[in-house]
Amino acid sequence: MILEHLGLDKISGSLVVLENVDNVFNEEMVEIRLEDGSVRAGRIVMIEGRRVVIQVFEGTRGVSMVNTRTRMTGRPMELKLSPEIVGRVFDGLGRPKDGLGEIYPLTRRDINGSAINPVQRVYPRNFVQTGISSIDTLSTLIRGQKLPIFSGSGMRHNELAMQIVRQASVADDERFAIVFAAMGVKNDVAEQFRTSFEESNVMSKVVMFLNLSNDPIIERIITPRCALTAAEYLAFDLGMNVLVIMTDMTAYCEALREFSSSKGEIPGRKGFPGYLYSDLASLYERAGIIQGSRGSVTQLPILTMPNDDITHPIPDLTGFITEGQIVLDRALEAKGVYPPISVLPSLSRLMKDGIGEGYTRKDHKAVSNQLFACYSKVQEARSLASVVGEDELSEQDRLLLGFGRDFEAQFLTQSQTENRTVTQSLDLGCRLLAQLPDELLDRLKREEIEEYIEPFREKEANNG
Amino acid sequence: MNSYRIDGINGPIVTVRGATELQIMEMVYVGVKRLVGEVIGVDSEKTTIQVYEDTAGLYPREPVEATGSPMSIALGPGILGNIFDGIEKPLSSFAEQAGAFITKGVSVPPLDEKKQWDVTVTVKPGDVLSGGEVYAECDETQAVRHRLLVPPQQHGRVVFAVPGGAYRLNDCIVRLEDDFGNLFELTLCQRWPIRTARPMRERLLPLVPLLSGQRIIDAMFPIAKGGAAVIPGGFGTGKTVLQHQLAKWCDADIIVYVGCGERGNEMTQALTEFSELKDPRTGRPLLERTVLIANTSNMPVAAREASIYTGITFAEYYRDMGYHVAMMADSTSRWAEALREISGRLEEMPADEGYPAYLPSRLSEFYERAGRCITLGGAEGSVTVIGAVSPQGSDFSEPVTQNSKRFTRCFWGLDKALAYARHFPSVNWNTSYSEYADTLGAWYAEHIAPDFMACRSRISALLAEEARLMEIVKLIGSQVLPDEQKLVIEIARVIRTGFLQQDALNETDSYAPPEKHYRMMKSILKVYDQSVSLIERQIPVSEIIKTGCLERLIKMKFSVPNDELGRFDELDAENEKALSAVG
Repeated sequence: MILEHLGLDKISGSLVVLENVDNVFNEEMVEIRLEDGSVRAGRIVMIEGRRVVIQVFEGTRGVSMVNTRTRMTGRPMELKLSPEIVGRVFDGLGRPKDGLGEIYPLTRRDINGSAINPVQRVYPRNFVQTGISSIDTLSTLIRGQKLPIFSGSGMRHNELAMQIVRQASVADDERFAIVFAAMGVKNDVAEQFRTSFEESNVMSKVVMFLNLSNDPIIERIITPRCALTAAEYLAFDLGMNVLVIMTDMTAYCEALREFSSSKGEIPGRKGFPGYLYSDLASLYERAGIIQGSRGSVTQLPILTMPNDDITHPIPDLTGFITEGQIVLDRALEAKGVYPPISVLPSLSRLMKDGIGEGYTRKDHKAVSNQLFACYSKVQEARSLASVVGEDELSEQDRLLLGFGRDFEAQFLTQSQTENRTVTQSLDLGCRLLAQLPDELLDRLKREEIEEYIEPFREKEANNG
Repeated sequence: MNSYRIDGINGPIVTVRGATELQIMEMVYVGVKRLVGEVIGVDSEKTTIQVYEDTAGLYPREPVEATGSPMSIALGPGILGNIFDGIEKPLSSFAEQAGAFITKGVSVPPLDEKKQWDVTVTVKPGDVLSGGEVYAECDETQAVRHRLLVPPQQHGRVVFAVPGGAYRLNDCIVRLEDDFGNLFELTLCQRWPIRTARPMRERLLPLVPLLSGQRIIDAMFPIAKGGAAVIPGGFGTGKTVLQHQLAKWCDADIIVYVGCGERGNEMTQALTEFSELKDPRTGRPLLERTVLIANTSNMPVAAREASIYTGITFAEYYRDMGYHVAMMADSTSRWAEALREISGRLEEMPADEGYPAYLPSRLSEFYERAGRCITLGGAEGSVTVIGAVSPQGSDFSEPVTQNSKRFTRCFWGLDKALAYARHFPSVNWNTSYSEYADTLGAWYAEHIAPDFMACRSRISALLAEEARLMEIVKLIGSQVLPDEQKLVIEIARVIRTGFLQQDALNETDSYAPPEKHYRMMKSILKVYDQSVSLIERQIPVSEIIKTGCLERLIKMKFSVPNDELGRFDELDAENEKALSAVG
């Protein structure tokens, strides 16, 4: 027997209240049918006795207290899944929007997923070569990692993400898939990604979930969950290596704030709900590798830091959950450096176990530490030079300034089509370090200097 | 037991309508899937319950079942080497039943009930036992002997004891009769409410250091056994690596590692690393003396709040056996956020930054459970607590850091600038402190060297002097400084890179004994003293740098192995010769 409830008892923002409802469960899906025949999806978010609060995904515009019929579906929010989803485009709620018809589901999954038991995780240690020097050598991407890009409005984070997809996928076999979740991004940006996927011939391996900036905000809370459910299905059921790109996490968090305030919850920092950390964790922690499955879920979320402020709650909480971050810098962007990766605050936590002998190259760890240490000294020398002038600097500091210039111009900078192997990147790093005297190379052992740095010094001496 | 019906559901909070007989803090089972919950509010209109598992799919009118006792956990052999969630669900047996994902309502006994333990019974009929005394023992792992203790509140005369042999967790080992003729059965397992501290006979002053093998800690900011320390640091400053280092190398008998609201992969890493690494003292895998509690950030938030208490209860249980226990909590901020989240759902009046007003009292209750003591059984034991704090935006003025600082006596502040320069451990020597340094001085003088603390003060004086000089250098450059000040800057560089930096991933350097800390400080100070006298004789600093002494000092942590400290004599002689050659 299907019960329909006529009318509503309260409407507030995207939430509606129904009284005298029996036999419903927490997070059950409901369908709200309007007089004109259109159907909106909603979800129960709170139950108080026989009173339920429903969150309406497409918003409550046009809804009145009397013109609706509400039906409980008896199911939680689920995504229909089958291998056919690859190559398809869905809306923010996981409904096909490419006009190719419904998905015939082999299985349905609760979009909230479940936490992976830490005992069943496999510690990720497989290096993914992105072909970008500053990422490969200094904050290496590991398969099964969640590595966000912290950017700001107007910086070239999308280009960077596309380049990573292009270059990281080329090396891979056919068990490769991309899940793309757009949350509140402009149509052009989504189109740009689509074009890029087509150009690099991976469109047939992409699943797209699009919640564009003019789509309902409440749907945005569902979009990444649909995308990750699809990713988990592809990875753990079908054994594929899935790269999930989620952009823009800032828009997601803002949608969450709007939703939270309409529920009348007590706000935390900057008005974001107190559970923002737990909520973000429920997304980011859905990356990884599990025992007994060949697949993996790697996440590359993109977020724009409001006002370029890394201490803003969104980047801050993200950094506490993800395994590192790639930070883009407006000053470098202004200098014309692409990709404008600010290497000092960038970090990959899984890097230490995924590099070195057997993975990349023996000296990788030492060289990357040395590059970090020297580049951080460059910053000190620069701030000193801005006070006393370059001429007053010691010989060491002047050498450091030279190193800093070359590092930015040759190591950080590369074109959008340039694909460097990790060996090339490491050699480049060593060549730059060779400019500096041994006292400044305090992270390298004597033997390492002789094996990796000296050859470049000799070459330089021969040329000069 | 009484049963009630669910009325309202809001996230992890469930309410029951009307007056009930449920007690505050009573453990309850919620719904047909019997999710574990705890009563957190009672009034005449409704009872509020926080649920430790995901509430999606829960119907109103499902039953709520009372248990009559507060939230408690099972204690007995089988804890060590295991990994639990925040409410003592064993994650490995859980995985066998439920697969790779944590699904709700799967019921698994916390400790293995089928395993046979080889028990030695140490009492005989007629013996009189009081709370905390040993009645049996068994080897829990090859590294740790598990002593079974009479629960603190019980005492009496032994009327029955089994002979030694193989027994299971719930087998009766001893029967006690108290003064009123009541009989109690003691098995291998007992329960204890997690929010109540286990009693002790007498508190002792913390006079013995907890040696961690980390120079910045043992030599500069030492912590005592039974002390409490806090490690605040923004993301990427190396909190977790430092916590792992402490868990691996500190000289406690038992390690309780609580991953509270942190990353899943980190717990996996800890699990694999701890089972591969060998304890330097027993030669057995570190996991045999470790218990891991993993409540990752995406597991239910209420269980995250409980995980800290579960951890400290385990720690106290092993302390009562006469062990020195170290507990690492990573991170207490996530625990405080769980408090805030639940408080928000209860619509309580928020205080500082939305945290509930009782945050300081909860923190102090927790940190006061650390301590060195004589146990009820008469042995000496200790619980040391090391809590990581993740301040938002690296701002140490936020409530969790500030309140934790008030209730601990050791502060290891991690610094973003040091981390960016890849100076690890990134403990900032200017902001960190240890109030234990003075009371531990006597121990260092007796066990390591009489002038250990004197060396330490000279080293920190040099670092403080450098910090002052760097202010000047930042303004006018280092060229204008007089030579004796340039020397301070050079020596401070040696101290920073050669002494304070420690490479967690390097085999030699990951752990260093306190004797080595002492010899390193001594060698640095020797070179400094000799250089000072050279400079008094007008020899420029550049000449001293040219001798290569400083570079030798920087590399000594790698070049002198931990078990060949005699090599420091050669190093000192070499330095002295090189410097004498200059002057």
